[in-house]
Amino acid sequence: MAAPISPPRLLPSGDSAVMVEFSRHIDQAANRRVLALDRAIAQEPIHGVTETVPTYRSLLVHYDPTLIDFDSLGERLLHLAQRPILRSQRARRWRVPVAYGGEHGIDLADVAETLGITPDEVVARHIAGDYCVAMIGFTPGWSYLSGLQKSLHISRRKDPRLLTPAGTISIGGVQAGIQCLAGPSGWHLLGRTPVRTYQLHRDPIFLLEPGDRVTFYVIDAGTFGKLDRAAEHGEMVAELIAA
Amino acid sequence: MTKLIISAIGPASSVQDGGRFGAQRYGLTPSGAMDHLGLAAANCLVGNTLFAAAVEIGPFGATFSAREGSVRIALAGAPRKAEIDGRAVAWNASATLGDGDVLKLEMAREGCFSYLAIEGGIAGEMMFGSLAVNARAGLGSPYPRPLQAADELQVAAASAAAECRIDLKPAAAGPIRVVLGPQDDEFGEQDMKLFLSSKWKISASSDRMGYRLEGPLIRHLHGHNIVSDGTVNGSIQVPGNGQPIVLMPDRGTTGGYPKIATVISADFGRFAQMPAGTSFQFKAVSMAQAQAEARKFAELLRALADRLLPIESFDLNIEALQDANVAGAAVNAVDAGTWQVPLPADALRQD
Repeated sequence: MAAPISPPRLLPSGDSAVMVEFSRHIDQAANRRVLALDRAIAQEPIHGVTETVPTYRSLLVHYDPTLIDFDSLGERLLHLAQRPILRSQRARRWRVPVAYGGEHGIDLADVAETLGITPDEVVARHIAGDYCVAMIGFTPGWSYLSGLQKSLHISRRKDPRLLTPAGTISIGGVQAGIQCLAGPSGWHLLGRTPVRTYQLHRDPIFLLEPGDRVTFYVIDAGTFGKLDRAAEHGEMVAELIAA
Repeated sequence: MTKLIISAIGPASSVQDGGRFGAQRYGLTPSGAMDHLGLAAANCLVGNTLFAAAVEIGPFGATFSAREGSVRIALAGAPRKAEIDGRAVAWNASATLGDGDVLKLEMAREGCFSYLAIEGGIAGEMMFGSLAVNARAGLGSPYPRPLQAADELQVAAASAAAECRIDLKPAAAGPIRVVLGPQDDEFGEQDMKLFLSSKWKISASSDRMGYRLEGPLIRHLHGHNIVSDGTVNGSIQVPGNGQPIVLMPDRGTTGGYPKIATVISADFGRFAQMPAGTSFQFKAVSMAQAQAEARKFAELLRALADRLLPIESFDLNIEALQDANVAGAAVNAVDAGTWQVPLPADALRQD
């Protein structure tokens, strides 16, 4: 028997956007509903809606208030959010190469020590994960993944780093991440991928979509260098194994 | 090809347009002009589409020159003293730079951002439908970074169109209006009152990502961390130090601080024009009011062309026009002694 679906909260985000909030927490069930609503809007565009931003727990719907008002849009969104989620929706599946530890993942040893396991075991658990791109945000291509196994949950660093390298593969709290551009981060750096989730002059510019599935596999430093050069020249270097 | 050369320019100056939309779901922020009315007015004066790319000029002075042809330009947004080869030119008006002419702009006399639009726009490579500079993402054309001295913009040669000015009402004074939420429930009644009744000052450490505010401490009910959700231009987030930050067009697309309120879109440009050190207050309005204001603002933009007036047939008193902008009231262009309330646009069009 299907559990009753509680309606999301509609939170005003100024006069030109509305937050459809399914949960206040990081919640995979809520994220599935966020992504389902996002798909529903993509399939049945609402006149006046300009773009949507899915996150772990909410969908931000940007709109033009000269074309649709808050009340009419809210009613339409609540209606769409009540639809059952189609389980048959086939997600795209990516295999992403990662060089773990050493200069590529300077926190691997510390994470292992904190968790009381070996660095190899951290890597084994990290690549065993079947992740979902829950959201992309903060900076271009920064992909937040759900599905990190519980034994790898670890609180964020007390002093965030102001600069972490492009392609950083990290974990923080209950989340795993693929960072595209160099930038600040308070997460633990396990490794680096040569994959650019965002690259201008490549088709597609953005590799991952919210809702895509991701698994990681290990590459050595030499392979990283080779793939990194290929990626620089516009190759995806991530494998798309199902669409 | 005709060029507009940037001979000197201050920080916070870049090519901006209406913004880059459709990729916020990938973490790509819209960027775009800080003040859409200023951008639209400048473009309207030279016959461009309202949100075509123009030069957004930060608070400091700038110097431009035309090469290999003459360039028709328009100036709007934060008013400042402007001269072409030593001759004063009017604000909120078009002008033509002859080949080799030098346009010199002083510091903004009020506001922060001025717009220099060029007839025919700026040549560049669009990314997601926009030339707007977003330096962090390496986006923007012709330069994916703020403008610097010696940069060159490829532009169209000036047409023979008559110069015109635009009759804009001075920006309304008064509080910056907000719609509460999306996370106003993260704050107690007293802190909400404090937020709405206090004087806030714009901090010097403000930029195109966010304007930091200085004022009383706003406390959170349940701590300052929320699970990240989406942001908009004008989101007012309150980080752990209790000092709000208003998110601007180069903001992160998602953020993990509670957002107490959101600046209404009709007031966003006016807010963006407030220089560091400005004191102001917020005022909460209903969603219905905010959306009515948004529709009014859209109508103002749509009807901008109705406010264009020819200037070639007048013996223009340019200093008076410039002073008029500073004083925030219209002045008779022929007689600097006659100060009067601005006429409605349609009254001016009757003859």
